[in-house]
Amino acid sequence: MSLRVEAGVEAADGTAYDGLRLRALTKRFASFTAVRGIDLDVPRGSFFALLGPSGCGKTTTLRMVAGLDAPTSGTIELAGKDITGAKPYRRPVNTVFQNYALFPHLDIFENVAFGLRRRKVDGVDKKVAEMLALVELDAQARKKPAQLSGGQQQRVALARALINEPEVLLLDEPLGALDLKLRRSMQIELKRIQMDVGLTFVHVTHDQEEAMTMADTVAVMNGGLIEQMGSPAELYENPRSTFVANFLGQSNLIEGRVTGRSADEVTVDMHGIGVSVPVGRAHTDGQQGWVGIRPEKVLIGDAGSKLDAPGNTIPGGVVSDVSFVGVSTQYLVRMPWGQELMVFAQNTGRDKIFRHGDPVELSWRPEYAFLLDHSQDVRAGAQEDG
Amino acid sequence: MTSTAGTVPVVDPGDPGAPGEPDALVDVAASGRRRGRTAYLLMAPAVLWLALFFVIPFYSLIAASLYDPSGSDEDGWRMAYAFGNYVDAWQDYWQPFVRSIAYGGIATVICLVLGYVLAYAIAFKTGRWKTLVLVLVIAPFFTSFLVRTLSWQLILADDGWVVDVLRFLQLLDDDGRLLATDVAVVTGLAYNFLPFMVLPLFASLDKIDHRLIEASSDLYSNPVVGFFKVTWPLSLPGVVSGTLLTFIPAAGDYINAQLLGNTNTRVVGSVIEAQFTDANQPYVAGALSMTLMVVIVGMVLVYVRRAGTEELL
Ligand SMILES: Nc1ncnc2c1ncn2[C@@H]1O[C@H](COP(=O)(O)OP(=O)(O)OP(=O)(O)O)[C@@H](O)[C@H]1O
Ligand SMILES: [Mg+2]
Repeated sequence: MSLRVEAGVEAADGTAYDGLRLRALTKRFASFTAVRGIDLDVPRGSFFALLGPSGCGKTTTLRMVAGLDAPTSGTIELAGKDITGAKPYRRPVNTVFQNYALFPHLDIFENVAFGLRRRKVDGVDKKVAEMLALVELDAQARKKPAQLSGGQQQRVALARALINEPEVLLLDEPLGALDLKLRRSMQIELKRIQMDVGLTFVHVTHDQEEAMTMADTVAVMNGGLIEQMGSPAELYENPRSTFVANFLGQSNLIEGRVTGRSADEVTVDMHGIGVSVPVGRAHTDGQQGWVGIRPEKVLIGDAGSKLDAPGNTIPGGVVSDVSFVGVSTQYLVRMPWGQELMVFAQNTGRDKIFRHGDPVELSWRPEYAFLLDHSQDVRAGAQEDG
Repeated sequence: MTSTAGTVPVVDPGDPGAPGEPDALVDVAASGRRRGRTAYLLMAPAVLWLALFFVIPFYSLIAASLYDPSGSDEDGWRMAYAFGNYVDAWQDYWQPFVRSIAYGGIATVICLVLGYVLAYAIAFKTGRWKTLVLVLVIAPFFTSFLVRTLSWQLILADDGWVVDVLRFLQLLDDDGRLLATDVAVVTGLAYNFLPFMVLPLFASLDKIDHRLIEASSDLYSNPVVGFFKVTWPLSLPGVVSGTLLTFIPAAGDYINAQLLGNTNTRVVGSVIEAQFTDANQPYVAGALSMTLMVVIVGMVLVYVRRAGTEELL
């Protein structure tokens, strides 16, 4: 798979890349390839999220970076040094494990001090005390891990890794076991800590909201491949595959036939209705494609009314479902070709609220639409409960 | 309660006329009593067993150790609080006594070293052969203790290959021997009690979450340091139970000393046996038994306290 490197491109003068760089990294287990030659550049000091569904190879990728699994092929470079074959205890990389893996026989203080003691660093007591204060666990220093709550254990795991000031901190779904409220507050906490210490964080998660709110750069992973990488806004606004379009938020994907390509736009015939997509947002060279539009970008109005003049207008819809969720009203609109499109209308109080069976027409600005390759599965990445 | 008040009619707990509540209390108490009775019933067989086969013999053992030494089987033995028996027994037999403790201790150390390596290999390195290897460790137990010990007589015999090899390597004088020496006794003990060491060690090691060892290597521990900082401390419960299960029977064993040793390797178990039977001095045997028991219990207590394993055990 070809890959677009959007962040941390090597300096033009040829100096080494100072972040974490994966090249063609592959991991094959006996009968199964978990990671299929991924290329990744994680800029130094950034908060990088690796986002993907369960089993897509996130943990395997982290384990290779940490040195706990040996790659089948490919290279791992850190600050210009090849560390592909280095032993885990020789890498300036620390991990916050998915299950925390705290040492049950050591108290919290000694858990956090573990890495410093192994490296025979001076001033352990002071550093540990500071770190425990940072994660607000000073009062628990002499307790054993089993005596702490899940959220506290999670913070110990973070402190134990963070105190070593690694070049790269790997976090493997560290918030996975927490309830929603604690999870949100820990997300803010983590982000704050990352900005305070300025270390490179690689954060693995399958929660798209978490990745979007925390990360500077998100790489979306699927089936052992990186589907797309970029800032959360880039990924959301201009997805390049049906998987990304569906996995990050929700999308309407409508089948269409390409009728023309000019220097700056592609025109598409969508079941007899002509729409246009800017060239930079058209990700297929084929004759067929999926026209994508986010539900909140779709405007809804009475049939025959003039909606947002410069847009693409799609007449002939009938409201088939209305759910009022407070900040917005979410409609399902059945189109003449039988498909139901999602429309989220901001509840500004100015627009009328439509009811089941109302005839409506839809419209969106061309610059919000995107065009995806027709060979991709239109349901890829869609959440069942979404 | 208050949170459900909107949906379910809730009885005010302070209301004396509240139905249900007192019944509920009675029910709890009744089920508590029932549980108590069940517990006693379940404990009864074990208690009975202990009373019959431990408390009563223990009492008669104490009594025997305090018999008047002038008695005999024909005239009968008289309980006389003869504490002097203990002093006499110790003066006459302190050497076999110390030997027992030393043999048991050395055999335990050998078992710990060999057993730890073996248990470690089984737990971490055998993969899908784990069960098979464990069965192999236990398999010798299917033959009798006596037969296994006797077969060591053949292995260590003067014309056996072990002695030949050691003589060839000049590790043994040309007329040196293994059978009927301290070495043979300790070897036999270590062999016979090895599984008592391996099984608890294996149970402890097998329980260790492999991810903890990965975490230690992620935190700058090379394999050796990781072993001493994580694996070893987490296996301490197995070390403690393994050494106890080995040392206690090994210190009391006399079969190995009798079959593989000589008159200079006599252990306290042999003395006790002889004093009870042929020598007809049950008070000496009783005093030695009691002393051995007290010494072992004392050592175990100190050991467990030192290992700080209240929570580990
Ligand atoms: N040691 C192994 N042997 C064989 N297959 C493995 C091994 N480890 C992982 N896999 C497989 O590789 C795939 C990727 O696993 P991985 O743990 O990287 O997923 P993940 O993205 O971290 O998922 P999750 O979000 O559930 O943690 C899975 O299908 C898994 O079954
Ligand atoms: Mg995982």
